[in-house]
Amino acid sequence: MSDRSTGGAGSTGGDRGDGLSGTGGRAPGDKTLTADAVVGRLRSGMTLGIGGWGARRKPMALVRALLRSEVTDLTVVSCGGPDVGLLAAAGRISHLVTPFVTLDSVPLEPHYRAARERGDFTLTEIDEAMFLWGLTAAANRLPFLPVRAGIGSDVMRINPGLRTVTSPYADGEEFVASPALRMDAALVHLNRADRRGNAQYLGPDPYFDDLFCEAADTAYVSCERLVDGFAGAVPQTLLVGRHTVGGVVETPGGAHFTSCVPDHGRDEAFLRMYAATPWDRFAERFLHGDEDDYRSAVAAWHKEQGR
Amino acid sequence: MSGAPAHGPASRAEYCVIACAETWRGAGEVLAGPMGLVPALGARLARHTFAPELLLTDGEALLVGPDGEVEGWLPYRRHLTLVTGGRRLVMMGASQIDRYGNQNISCVGDWARPRRQLLGVRGAPVNTLNNPVGYWVPRHSRRVFVPRVDLVCGVGHDSARAAGPAATRFHDLRRVVSDLGVLDFATPDGSMRLASLHPGVTVEQVREATGFPLAVPAEVPYTREPDAAELRLIREVLDPDGLRDREIGPR
Repeated sequence: MSDRSTGGAGSTGGDRGDGLSGTGGRAPGDKTLTADAVVGRLRSGMTLGIGGWGARRKPMALVRALLRSEVTDLTVVSCGGPDVGLLAAAGRISHLVTPFVTLDSVPLEPHYRAARERGDFTLTEIDEAMFLWGLTAAANRLPFLPVRAGIGSDVMRINPGLRTVTSPYADGEEFVASPALRMDAALVHLNRADRRGNAQYLGPDPYFDDLFCEAADTAYVSCERLVDGFAGAVPQTLLVGRHTVGGVVETPGGAHFTSCVPDHGRDEAFLRMYAATPWDRFAERFLHGDEDDYRSAVAAWHKEQGR
Repeated sequence: MSGAPAHGPASRAEYCVIACAETWRGAGEVLAGPMGLVPALGARLARHTFAPELLLTDGEALLVGPDGEVEGWLPYRRHLTLVTGGRRLVMMGASQIDRYGNQNISCVGDWARPRRQLLGVRGAPVNTLNNPVGYWVPRHSRRVFVPRVDLVCGVGHDSARAAGPAATRFHDLRRVVSDLGVLDFATPDGSMRLASLHPGVTVEQVREATGFPLAVPAEVPYTREPDAAELRLIREVLDPDGLRDREIGPR
């Protein structure tokens, strides 16, 4: 998406030359891709943002596609949930930037914990407000934003690179200069999207998904359902603008087993099983094939449970 | 809320609910940020009775009234603005807390290679620098009340003082409610003090369960009794299934 960094206007990215088969005859500006094609654009060593929050509206189908690829050595930026647990357990993360990792209804993420206690990756652990303003700084092409957070806490000790700024006005107050969280790519999951990359959330919370898209060089949106347009939509639900999006993937159930209300809630039974199952056993049963195989395996597991 | 008095004396969990509710007395038109079931019951009890101006959330992105009716929108990013604007009084959990009120929810052991990875610093640093903060500890023990926390997430009095005005300007640690009693910081150096005992608990029991020297006044009062209307609310309206007893470990 070089047209963004050079300030070029008007391009909708119709000539990306991504070598996808079957793209002939698409309407101009059609950014639809498969999950595997999205991952095909990611490279080892990238800084990758992942939207959603804890076990809520995580782009899990894209994360699963990532697990099927060879992409590794990632710096992951996330308000972490099972996205971080899965990638950490699979050894794909070399560095993590996060204020927390949780499964919500299971407070601690066991696969993340195990990887962290093994020392599998390095960590930038920052406060939630620092995370929000770091994304906002990146989206605004600022090097940092001042935040009243972190000072007096060990966030300063465990992030020795953090600097403070002094207000240039009469108050002279000191703040943390929360550094911009600029990313090579971001993955988010929303309820609806059109083929050009506009995306709509229908749940109660946007989380930071639009900021992730704005703070990344390229963002990929997966959605529960592709739509032809948003006629009649409540305008405020149109969270993500196509100018921030490089690719759109239709993945019904693509947030599973995290929530994507109102399309579906969190799969609590599956989540508890995930939390209680050793990583290799979980991976063997649920991550051996493609997304269709995953869905079949989940359905079979639920059937076994008598649901 | 009137009617027949609730039957039976108050349980330990019910004293805890009362003690948490008292955290929001006089707080004004601010968001009650309860983390944990007992603080949530306390916040709703306060909203129903002596603090009708409190704001409550549904635990997701909505502001709701005492009976769940929607009155506003509070997604995470607006929640953070409310925190930094100071219009919130939160009761956080604590995996570890020390005598100056430093709190840890991140990890146990050395941060670089933790023995036990926990949640992460989450919003504790921003909370403690911007809005009034209390803590809820469902099981008072030396594992939680430690001489020094392994990682300062929530900023305590000594840490805030050492960091200077940037940390102390809006710093306001209120109290710690545990299953044994209520602790505050009403001492000259801002260290923890036993403010009240839940009925049935002794000073010795609290000292035994606390891993640092605790300031103890000559006379320690008991946590106040819930009145009949409050007990009815807790038992019949707010928590008819008695989930409150499950958050508090057996003694």
